[in-house]
Amino acid sequence: MSGMKLGVLDYGAGNLRSVLNAFETVGAHASLVTKPEDFDGIDVLVFPGQGAFGDSVRILKKRELWAPLKQWLQEKRPYLGICLGYQLLFESSEESPGVEGLCAAKGRVRKFDPTADHLKIPHMGWNRVNWANKFSPWWDGLPNPTHLYFVHSYYPDVEDQSEVLCTTDYGVSFAAGIARENLMAVQFHPEKSQDAGLALLRNALKVLAD
Amino acid sequence: MLTKRIIPCLDVHAGRVVKGTKFLNLRDAGDPVESAKAYNDQGADELVFLDITASSDERKTMVDVVARTAASCFMPLTVGGGIRTVADMREMLLAGADKVGINTSAVKTPHVIDEAAEAFGCQCLVVAIDAKRNERGSWTVYTHGGRTPTELDAVEWAAEVCRRGAGEILLTSMDADGTKAGYDIELTRAVSEAVTIPVIASGGAGNLDHMVHVLKEGKADAVLAASIFHFGQHTVDEVKCHLEKHGVPVRHAPRLSTAH
Repeated sequence: MSGMKLGVLDYGAGNLRSVLNAFETVGAHASLVTKPEDFDGIDVLVFPGQGAFGDSVRILKKRELWAPLKQWLQEKRPYLGICLGYQLLFESSEESPGVEGLCAAKGRVRKFDPTADHLKIPHMGWNRVNWANKFSPWWDGLPNPTHLYFVHSYYPDVEDQSEVLCTTDYGVSFAAGIARENLMAVQFHPEKSQDAGLALLRNALKVLAD
Repeated sequence: MLTKRIIPCLDVHAGRVVKGTKFLNLRDAGDPVESAKAYNDQGADELVFLDITASSDERKTMVDVVARTAASCFMPLTVGGGIRTVADMREMLLAGADKVGINTSAVKTPHVIDEAAEAFGCQCLVVAIDAKRNERGSWTVYTHGGRTPTELDAVEWAAEVCRRGAGEILLTSMDADGTKAGYDIELTRAVSEAVTIPVIASGGAGNLDHMVHVLKEGKADAVLAASIFHFGQHTVDEVKCHLEKHGVPVRHAPRLSTAH
């Protein structure tokens, strides 16, 4: 994995320090992708976004990163999405009605229902992630379930159940991540989930390198 | 199930931890980064640095502490103390903090809550509320480290900061703080039921049953504790085992063969 070049998508909205630190710790070389040319020469695209669905689409378009990002996904090149980098893969979000997502996965992003069970929103803290057996290389070495760190108010309602990597319960049972060839995208924050999160990143890079 | 969070809090003055962390057996017990690593290894769910530095020069030291901690601890980190403006917040977030805590400045200029939520998303902002019982049977908000009473009712203020876009409330009972006689359960419950965001209870923990009570009857989502950890009374995992025995959902950090 040492030879793989990671590009971390930076559209100026969030703090990427933790993500860069985490990849450095698992021995991967990561650079920032801030302009369209930066997509050239990277092997894996990491999108660790945070912020609102609609705002981020607008900013990515303004910075001319939207088209290369879409193309990257259409060409099924290696992709690792975290939080917003997971939600944006879907078609739309209740957070920003009328805004089209990347449409790389079927389904829409929904808001947790605060009236159900007096749920606190955001869903913040360590929750149990149940892994699908068929995706075992991604969570190799981790217990099933694993507690991982979440911070979010919306969750993707995934249509294609065959892609569901893991599920988590918070008022509803939702897909906490999806996987397919050359792609893993998760709602939780591996870069904030101590050793379990770092182990997952190590696995992901290994699977994506194969 | 979402687990209840156990959050050690370190008071930092001019880049040094000021409360006893000797039991952690660190080479340098006053180094906040070393202390943070020790709590990370104990399986703390998050960590809070409270900067009690007076001068802004020394506050620059805190930015460096945060950056060094974020480089070696992969857990959520909150920084509070002396943060007043959106620019102050940005500085800490860019250094590697995940959340920033504000208290007095939120009361003085409530719109800073809206601005911060707009700039960084609500998940980044923790509003700290110091509350003290009054003769009317409710609680009054205090500022300036508990020295200055305000006109604000704590439960109403909590609802307002929630409406304005805070992501979390750090609630300290000034009556209970330092007594080791237990959290103010009634206050915590009243605030937790008045808001839709998570509430971290603080102040008064003297033993492990106090934590059970505030998480169950007080409906807190997390507990902040300082002395119970710093003086070696209990490790984070001991706390969690006790909570678990009493039906509180907690996380135990897994021992991984792949780690390191």
